[in-house]
Amino acid sequence: MKARAVAALLAAAVLGVAGCGDDASATGKGTVTVFAAASLTGSFTTLGKAFEAANPGVKVTLNFAGSSALATQISQGAPADVFASASPANMTSVTTDGTPATFVRNQLVIAVPKANPEGVTGLAGLAKPGVKVALCAEQVPCGAAARKAIDAAGVKVTPVTLEQDVKQALSKVKLGEVDAALVYRTDAKAASSDVDGIEFPESAKAINDYPIAVLKDAPNKTAARAFVAYVQSDKGMAVLTAAGFQEP
Amino acid sequence: MSPLLDARLTVDRGGFRLDVALTIDAGEVVALLGPNGAGKTTALRALAGLQALSGGHITLAGDSLDRTPPERRPIGVVFQDYLLFPHLSALDNVAFGPRRRGVGRHAARERAAGWLDRVGLSEYTNRKPRQLSGGQAQRVALARALAVEPALLLLDEPLAALDARTRLDTRTELHRHLAEHPGATLLVTHDPLDALVLADRLVIVEEGHVVQEGDAATITARPRTDYVARLVGLNLYRGHAAGHTVKLREGFTLTATDRLDGDAFVAFPPSAVALHPHQPDGSPRNTWPATIAGIQRHGDNLRVQLDGPIGVAADITPAAAAHLHLAAGQTVWAAVKATETRAYPAG
Amino acid sequence: MSVRAGRRVPAALLIPAGLGLMFLVLPLAGLLVRAPWSTLPQRLTEPGVLTALRLSLVTATLATVLCLVLGVPLAWLLARVEFRGRRLVRALVTVPLVLPPVVGGVALLLVFGRRGIVGQWLDSAFGVTLPFTTTGVVLAEAFVAMPFLVIAVEGALRGADTRFEEAAATLGAGRWTTFTHVTLPLVAPGIAAGAVLCWARALGEFGATITFAGNFPGRTQTMPLAVYLALETDLQAAIVLSLILLAVSVTILAALRDKWITSP
Repeated sequence: MKARAVAALLAAAVLGVAGCGDDASATGKGTVTVFAAASLTGSFTTLGKAFEAANPGVKVTLNFAGSSALATQISQGAPADVFASASPANMTSVTTDGTPATFVRNQLVIAVPKANPEGVTGLAGLAKPGVKVALCAEQVPCGAAARKAIDAAGVKVTPVTLEQDVKQALSKVKLGEVDAALVYRTDAKAASSDVDGIEFPESAKAINDYPIAVLKDAPNKTAARAFVAYVQSDKGMAVLTAAGFQEP
Repeated sequence: MSPLLDARLTVDRGGFRLDVALTIDAGEVVALLGPNGAGKTTALRALAGLQALSGGHITLAGDSLDRTPPERRPIGVVFQDYLLFPHLSALDNVAFGPRRRGVGRHAARERAAGWLDRVGLSEYTNRKPRQLSGGQAQRVALARALAVEPALLLLDEPLAALDARTRLDTRTELHRHLAEHPGATLLVTHDPLDALVLADRLVIVEEGHVVQEGDAATITARPRTDYVARLVGLNLYRGHAAGHTVKLREGFTLTATDRLDGDAFVAFPPSAVALHPHQPDGSPRNTWPATIAGIQRHGDNLRVQLDGPIGVAADITPAAAAHLHLAAGQTVWAAVKATETRAYPAG
Repeated sequence: MSVRAGRRVPAALLIPAGLGLMFLVLPLAGLLVRAPWSTLPQRLTEPGVLTALRLSLVTATLATVLCLVLGVPLAWLLARVEFRGRRLVRALVTVPLVLPPVVGGVALLLVFGRRGIVGQWLDSAFGVTLPFTTTGVVLAEAFVAMPFLVIAVEGALRGADTRFEEAAATLGAGRWTTFTHVTLPLVAPGIAAGAVLCWARALGEFGATITFAGNFPGRTQTMPLAVYLALETDLQAAIVLSLILLAVSVTILAALRDKWITSP
C-alpha cells in the first residue's frame, strides 16, 4: 500500500513536470513506473539499474507483487507505465497500449532439498506414497502449470498443500517440511544454495509465457516504450536468461 | 485459665512498625480503637493471615497459627465493606465457608439458611448482594463469618459503611450477636461509640502501639493520650505534681483536689470551664486570660476553643455566649474549679 | 445512542468519532456494492465454500478453547503472582501481536515443523506431524490470537478487587478453589470479551495459517485462505466469500454479545 502511495505521488509529480515540454528524446525523461510479477524481482531490479545508467534523466520505480494483485491494482487506477505479468490471463484484465509481447518463458522444475531424502528424479517420484509434495494452488499461474504437467505425465500426485504462490511452495522445501515442490526454474535457481531443481520432460507441456506491455493510461509512455524495448534487447535477455528464464 | 487468643503482632512495613500484644478470652469482645493509620486494620489482617508477621506469635485455642495460611485458621472476618461475593446469592455467600470447610452442599445450605434466619434475613436468601440494603448486607456478612463457627471473630469497622439511622439499629443487633458468640471477638473501629457499646474491653492503639487498655469506665475517667481525651471529651494535660498543684509542661500551674507527687495527668471536662469578661474574683483557683480561637455548635451548647497559656475547650450555653458577646479573637478569662479537675499518676 | 437531556455531545468528539466509524464501515460498503448479487445463490451453494466455512468455524472455536485453557492461567499468573522477569514475560506475550503473521508461521515451522525442535521429537516419538494438518491450523490461529485473550483477561483480573479473594481465603478457600469459585466468576465478563476477540482474530487468521498449515481444501483451507486464492482469479468470488465470512461472524458475535457481554 505504501509503495503504491509513493508511486502515485511520484507519478503525479512527474506528470506535472513532463507536461511542460515536448522536446523529449526517444528514451524520454522522468520516472517510469513498472509493475512486475514477483518472479521477476531479481532480474528486473538489475535491469532497472542498467536502464537508468544507460538513460540519464530517467528513473525506474519498480513494484513487485503477484501478477493478479498487480492486475487488480492497475485496473483500480494505479498509475503504472509498464506491466510485466507472469501469465497472459492477468494481462488480459488490464488495458494496454498496443499488443502485449511475450518476452520470456518460464518452465517448471521439481525442487527438492539438497539431500533429496526421497530420491525424487521425476514426476513419477512425486506419486510415491509418503512423499510430501507442495504445489501452487491452481488459481495462481505456477499451480495451473503444475496441473497441466502432472496431467500430461498421467501420474496421480496428492499434495499436502496448495500454496498461494511459488515462493511459499519453495520455502516449504527449504525448511524441509515437504520432500518436493513444483516451482519455476528461475525460483529454484535463485534458491540453489538450499534446493536442487530437477528438470522433467513433461514441463514442456506447461510453459508459462510472460507478457509485457505499455499500459493505455501510462503517464510516461515514451520512457515506458524505451524500457520495454530495453527488456527485449540482447542486454535485457542476457540478464533474464542468467536468472533461468528462456527466450520465447 | 489462659486466654483463648494470645497474640503479639509485629509487622514492619515501609517505615511503619506495628507492635501490639493482644489477649482475648472466650466470649469476650475487645475493641481495637485508634485514629486512622494507627495500624488497627494491619493488626486484624495479621490475625487473619492476610498480612505476614515480621515477628511475634499468634496462639488461638492452644494452637500456634504463626505459619497457618488464612484458609486454615479458625477465624471469621467481617470486612469493612462486607465483600459479599457479587455472583452468589445471600444463601450461597453464607454457605461458602461451610462448603470450603468440608460440609456437604445440602448441609451447608441448611446451615446457611439457619444463620440467615438468626440475623433476620430468611426472606432474602435468594437475593444477590446488589439487591440488599447496606444494613442487610452487613447482616449477611456477619452470618457468613459466623457460619464457619470461628474461634475468633474479627470485625473491621462493621458499621462504618452505614448511614446514621441504619447504624443505630444495626449496632443494637450486632451487640446481641456478639454477646451470643462463644469465641473471642475483636472489633476494629475508630468510632468510640461503637467501641463503648459493643466491647467489654478497649485496646487503644496509636502509631502502631498500645497506648491504653482497659474497660470503658477506666478509659473515660482517666485518658492517657490526647487522642483518648478527645474521644471521651476531656481536656488533658501532663505535668509534674507536688501535693495539690501540678506544674504542666506548658509552664502553667493547675490546682487539683487530688493529692499526689510525681509525673501526673490532669483532666477536666469542657463543661467545667467558665468564661468571664473580666478577671473573676472569689473561689476559682485556676484562672487565666485566654483568646477565643473558634466557636462551634456542640449538642445544645457551644464549644469554645481557647488559646492562652494552655489550650482548652470550654462548653457554654448559647445564653452565656450571647451575654458575653463572644467572637473569635476576643480576650476572656477562663476559670476551672479545682474540684472539677482530676489528677492521676502518669507513670 | 441516547444522550442525557440537555447534554450536547461536543463536536470535537462527535466529528472524529463519525469519521472513525466511516473509516471502518466504508470498506464493508465497498464489498456490498461490488457483490455479484444475481449469482449469489449459486456461488453460496458451491461445495468448497461450505467446507471452508465449516473448517474456519471449527478451527477458530478450537483455537479459542486452547487459548482459554492456556491463556487464562497465564493471565492469572501475570496479574496475581509477583516473580522476577514478569515485565519481560508480559512483553513476550504480546510478541505475536507485533510479529507479521507470516513470520509467526515460519517460527512455528521452525519449532513444530518436521525438522523443528519439538516437531522432530513429536514425529519420532509419536509419529505426529503438525504442518499441513487441521491441528496445525488450530495451533497457528491460537498462536496469533492468544495475546488478545491474555491481555483482556489480565486487564480484567487487575481491575477485579483482590479483597474478594482475601475474603474467600478467610472462609477456608485455598488458592485453586478461590480461583475457580471467586476469581473466575468475578472476571467472567472480561474472559468472555477476551474469548470473543480471540475467536474473531482466529477466524480472520491468514498469514500464520497458510505458512504453517499450508492450504488444502477440507483440511487446512479456511475462509481467509479461500478468499485470498479466489482473489487470484475471480474478484467477485472473493467478495462473496468475504461477505459470507463477515455475515456469519457478525451474526455469531452479536448473538454471543447479548448472552455474555452484558454485565451481571
